[in-house]
Formats: sequence, C-alpha cells, structure tokens
Amino acid sequence: MGEIKLMKGNEVLAEAAIRCGCDGYFGYPITPQSEVMETLMVREPWKETGMVVLQAESEVASINMVYGAAATGKKVMTSSSSPGISLMAEGISYLAGAELPCLLVNVQRGGPGLGTIQPSQADYFQAVKGGGHGDYKLIVLAPSSVQEMNDFVDLGFELAFKYRNPAMILADGAIGQMMEKVELADYKPRWTKEEVAEKNGDWATTGKPASRKKNVITSLEMASNDMEVRNINLQAKYRKMEEEDVRYEAIQCDDAEFILVAFGTAARVCQKAVEVAREKGLKVGLLRPVTLFPFPKKIIKELARKTAGFLSVEMSAGQMVEDIKLAVYDAGSNARVDHFGRMGGIIPTPTEVVEALEDKFSWELSYGVKRSY
Amino acid sequence: MELKEVTKTEGTMDIQDILKPENLVYQKTKLLTDTPMHYCPGCSHGVVHKILAELIDEMGIQERSVGVAPVGCAVFAYNYIDIDWQEAAHGRAPAVATGIARVNPDAFVFTYQGDGDLASIGAAEIMHACNRGENILVVFINNGIYGMTGGQMAPTTLEGMVTATTPYGRNTDLNGYPMRITNLIAQLPGTSYVTRQAVHTAGGVRKCKRALKKAIQNVLDKKGTSFVEVVSTCNSGWKLSPVAANKWMEENMIPYYPLGDMKDSVKGEHSEN
Amino acid sequence: MTEEMIIAGFGGQGVLSMGKILAYSGIMEDKEVTWFPSYGPEMRGGTANVTVIVSDTRISSPVLQEYDTAIILNQQSMDKFEKAVKPGGVLLYDPNGIVHPPTRTDINIFRVEATKASVEMGNPKVFNMIVFGSYLKVRPILSPDNVEKGLAKSLPERYHKLIPLNLEAMQKGREIVEEVHVV
Repeated sequence: MGEIKLMKGNEVLAEAAIRCGCDGYFGYPITPQSEVMETLMVREPWKETGMVVLQAESEVASINMVYGAAATGKKVMTSSSSPGISLMAEGISYLAGAELPCLLVNVQRGGPGLGTIQPSQADYFQAVKGGGHGDYKLIVLAPSSVQEMNDFVDLGFELAFKYRNPAMILADGAIGQMMEKVELADYKPRWTKEEVAEKNGDWATTGKPASRKKNVITSLEMASNDMEVRNINLQAKYRKMEEEDVRYEAIQCDDAEFILVAFGTAARVCQKAVEVAREKGLKVGLLRPVTLFPFPKKIIKELARKTAGFLSVEMSAGQMVEDIKLAVYDAGSNARVDHFGRMGGIIPTPTEVVEALEDKFSWELSYGVKRSY
Repeated sequence: MELKEVTKTEGTMDIQDILKPENLVYQKTKLLTDTPMHYCPGCSHGVVHKILAELIDEMGIQERSVGVAPVGCAVFAYNYIDIDWQEAAHGRAPAVATGIARVNPDAFVFTYQGDGDLASIGAAEIMHACNRGENILVVFINNGIYGMTGGQMAPTTLEGMVTATTPYGRNTDLNGYPMRITNLIAQLPGTSYVTRQAVHTAGGVRKCKRALKKAIQNVLDKKGTSFVEVVSTCNSGWKLSPVAANKWMEENMIPYYPLGDMKDSVKGEHSEN
Repeated sequence: MTEEMIIAGFGGQGVLSMGKILAYSGIMEDKEVTWFPSYGPEMRGGTANVTVIVSDTRISSPVLQEYDTAIILNQQSMDKFEKAVKPGGVLLYDPNGIVHPPTRTDINIFRVEATKASVEMGNPKVFNMIVFGSYLKVRPILSPDNVEKGLAKSLPERYHKLIPLNLEAMQKGREIVEEVHVV
C-alpha cells in the first residue's frame, strides 16, 4: 500500500503530478483551485525531481507555456477554473490541432461570466465538445473522489501520450476543496533526455540532430486538401478513443427500472440517492461516466433496451443529457430521458434527486413501467 | 547532349576550375533550406533569416536550437531554417518559448516576431517573458505595418502613415502614438542586451549579425533575455519599390526608431536609458 | 458505522481544523472519511462550516441535508442547522452568543461552555479542542488513542509541542459538557 494521507483534491493533484514524473506545471491563480500551485510552490519539486513550476502572467500565457513545453515531448500540465479555461481556449485548440500530449485540469465553478466560486458542472459542453475553435476533442476524465484526483493525473498523462492529444481532468470546486483519505502513488522518475528522444523523438522539438529531419510543431496547412487530411486523421483518432478507452462505473444497474446518470460530485450525491430510492422500493441504478469523452454510449444503448428512463443529474442546466439522448436515440429505444440540475454553485442533495425522479417519472411510477423499451 | 571539347585559351578558366573550393567567394549556409522563400522582393525577412541560419551554423548550436515562429509574414519561418520549430498563436511566442526553455534549460530558444504580433496582441507575453528574464532571444521585425493580413495599422505605424485601416493616415487622437516598445523592454531588469538594428545596407547587415551573435551568446551564457529589433521595410504594404522603401525607411522610420544598443548589461540591472 | 456531522460557527473558531482532526482520527482507525468545507469569502470572518463523514464503508454524498450530529457555535448556524439534525441525533452547542437556544425535543442536546473555559485556561485558541473533547464524550465513535494520533497527524511538526495542551483542553471538554435534553 502506498502512503495514506488526508488531503484536499487540489493538494492531491499537485502531489500526484510530482510523483508521476511530471516535468512542468504552468498556472495562474484562480479560486477554487489555487491550492494546486500553492502546494507545488511549498513542495519545491525542482529540488527533488527537477519538475519546473512557474506562475504565468495569465491563463493565456500559461496554456501557451504548456504548448511550448509539451512540444518538446515532456510531461507538462496546467490547472485552472472555468473563467481561466475560457481564456485558455485558443491555446487548447492549438494543442489539439498540433496533436500535443498534455494534462489540463478544470476545477469548475459556476458561470456564466464571473459567476461564483462555488462548484458547478456547467463546463461540460466546453470540455467535451471542443471549447475552442475547430473540430477537436479532448480526452475528458471526471473524478468523483479525492482518490480519483490522484489516480487521474497519471492516467491522464498515459492517455495523452497514447493518443498525442490533450487530456483534461474535469473536476469541480467540491472535489478540489474536499479532503478525503487518499492512497498516494509511488514515485516514478521523470523521463531522461534519452527516454524522451526514444519515445517522442520522431515528432518532438528536442533539437535537430544530423540524423533526422527537422521536427516542426504546427497546426497550419495552407492547402485545404492537406488540412482536410489532418482533420480526417484527427477524427480517426477520436473514433479509436471511443473504441478503446471508454471508462464508466455502473452501480446497481442490473435490475434498475430507472437509471441516474451523473459524473463527479453529482455522481456522489446520486450514489446516496440510489440508497434512499431503494429504501423506498424504487429500482434505481447509477451510471457514472468516468470518461466524458469518449462518452460511454455503448452501455447507455444497452441499458436503454431494458430501462424505462434515464435521469441525468448535473450541476448545470442540462448538458450531458443531450449526449444521453443521442445514445438512446441511436439505440432506437423508447426509454425517456430527463434532466435534473442545480445551478449557480449549488450541489443538489440526495433527497432532491429522489424527489425529482419521482416527479419527472410520475407517469411511469403510477401506471407501471412495462412499456416497449 | 553531346559535350564538345573546348580548347582552353591562355589565361581563362573553365567552369570546373571556377567551382574549385579555393575559388569560393560566397556560399549559402547549409542551414538555410532550399525551399524558395515566399517573401516579397525587397523584404527584410530573408536577410534576417539568413543571418540567423549562418550564426546557428557558425556557433555550432543546430542540435540545441528551437525556433518559435509567429503569426504574420514569418509564419513559415520553419520552412527556411533547418532546425526544430514550433508555430505559435498570434502574440504568444514568448510564452511558448518560456515553456520550451524552462523544461529544456540547455536549449537555445528564440522567437521571431513582427510588430503586430509582439507589440499589440502579444504585448503582455513579451513584457512578462522579458521581465522574468527568460533565457531566450527575441528577434523583433518592426516594419510599422501588418504585412500578412494586408497592410493594416500596427502599434509602430508612424503618425500620418497611410495603411489599410488608417486610409487617411494614422491620427494620434484616434489611434494613439507609434510605440517604441523596445525602449520599454530595455527598462526591464530581466533583459541583458537590447538593441535596434536595420539590414537595408551591407554595413547594416554586418552590424546586425554582430548584434545577433552577441545576443545568442548571452542566451547561451544564461544572462537573461536578449532582444534585437530590426527596423524593416514592407515595400508591398508601403506600396513602394524596394529601393524607394529603403529610402523611405531611412528618412522616416529610423529618425523615430534610432538604431543602436539600448542596454548591454546582465540580468537584474535596471537600464539607465 | 457511519457518522454524518456538521460543525458550524464563525471563521476563526477552529471549525475547519476540528473537522480535520476528526477526519485524521478516522483514518487512524482505518475508516473512510470525507471533509467538505464551505469555502470562499465567508471563510474570512463570516460563518464557516464543514461536513465530516466517518464511515466503515465507501462514502457516497459529501453533501447532506440532515446529520447525525451537529456542533453549533453561533446563532446563524443554530438557525440553519438545528432543524437539520436527524430525529434521535445529537446537537452540541456553546451557549456563548446564542440568543435562541435549541428547542427540539426529538433530539439529544448537549451544551458546553467552551468559550468561558478557554478563557479560564488562559488560551482562547484551545476553544475548539474543548468542544471536540465534549463531542467525543457524547459520541465516542473513535478510540482516544487514535484521536491522539489524528491530532499529531493534523498538526505540523513545529506545533507538536502543543499536543499536551490540546489533550488537556479535550479533557476539560469531557468534564464540563452538560446534558440539556436526552431522548
């Protein structure tokens, strides 16, 4: 067993970055995730592992520092919260366009605009549908515990390098500020210069030796035909992610007549809601997408054939619900899909979720659920 | 084709003799690729590219060099110099270079930026990179205009100068004043060597090369940020012939942007200028 | 065993650190723990609260509507959380500054004059540890050994010399806690 600690989600992110052999962190302070950089600055990892930590002048700068450092084939990251991620959108699009691996973290707060510093999940669209300009996708991981904040740092880097694509941890203020028991990972050494050259030397800007052609990191093609080829290749990569790297957790779904679908903090609330609902005799299960992109369409299609309805529970006005609807539509199922959410930084309570389920599916609950789904 | 035996005349040389290494008077550096440049005839970019390629070759730092290309006419700089390159978003090159240099302290990293890129949209990034004293070289091409997008006003456009977005001349009430950003940069303690050069004469090219060599050496010696402005022409944007553009630059640009070193010290010292 | 509790009072009363010591003590006893604070500007002098859950099994929601135990240290928190205690649950409060004491009859109510006692001990900073001692007296969910370990874990090394003082304060809390109403 690794070292057991009581830590905040934000602190764990910093610790996990150091331990997984991250080469650099570039960030700008914003609530509710400032503890990430603060923890790193206290830890001074440059003395221990050689990891670089730098406070940039803005999120615009920090994402471009990530863009530069990632191009050299090293493991680099940034973290921010919603308004900061909006500022980074340009750089994220460049990272995706130039196919650079890196780790981004969004500890979401309520919006739009300056909004609130309280937790929210209203950046789902921004994270999974692109967010910046052009047709691109991020690999999006949604932790629902402090332990997963730890685990997804390493996993995020692994997936990012597997696909040469930015990966994002989409957390929220609650996961960032919450302390839980966490088992820390063991230290992995940073890649040596030789390892970087061996793993990424065919594309990274490691400095051009006589033995190879120059490496150029760019997302620019002047000829439309060439740009379309780039896009086709990107899309093929995203399809491969959908084939190979979907992750989810299904809790008590086998006999469920109603499925709650929720990620992150909302999934924790829904786990309790399942307990409350089952005590009331309602057959309710929980599907928790762990990867928001690639989205777990396949399992939703399967469940749609044996379930009366899905309730998407989100700390937003309803964003993931659209992806659930698409999957249910693809399955040709009659299962009904509805949404319950709280906005503006409010976390729904388990009781509210159960009440919403009873309200929105009152017809099915009154007249039975034996329909041709 | 049939080759005819040419009888040598006393005192003349045939082509094979001329090509002998001992007769070589000029050779393009091998770091300049064979890709034909897209720059307009008379543009300063080609000359500055050549100087950089020569210096990287002469100083033996090809394997350590990473260039950061801007958005602007020099967007394709990566096609012309045979080193690793990264294309930055408009204005962000100093942040990109910071990222590269911080995780690769042994690399020689430089940005190559125009006036719109560096002094307008990227004003924050250049100020802070220089203020942190990043060990990078900044090459700043100042031609007083946005070349690539079709000749719009830049922060460095002179008062009264006609551009696509100042069709009646730059009006300072409306558009503010031409910005001597290099003078501001020289005030930052993070910079070590700050200079303004021009390459419109053979002498200017030689001076500029000496300045760039010193700037690169400063970066290799980790003395902080080196910043080399090159006052340049944009004859297409200025709607002048190459020769007339050189003359116009000498008469109008250089009086407002005088050439010479503005700072030559080490990181941590404030300039007296 | 699952203990779902809220600790609520003013920022500066040590609400969050009391919760942290409790959570660390839970870890020492091999339990799952979650510590979820209110955060933001309210941390700076306004009201502060923290939800702490200690359980033998995986913890689901970190956000709750009702609690097994509420530790209430100011009037605003009393107004908000008295009604959130589960029937049969525990409400522990310090009467200092409380204008409207709790009136429910379906819960167990305890009172500790911790503010007063901390002044008598000559160190207002041990206020929260007095309250914590009272809590462990009325809800002995963790062994004193593990609480001592949790205390050591949650304090930085340089404050370890203060452990005896903290233990003394907890002992004081155990001694002075009063029963107001028991179901």
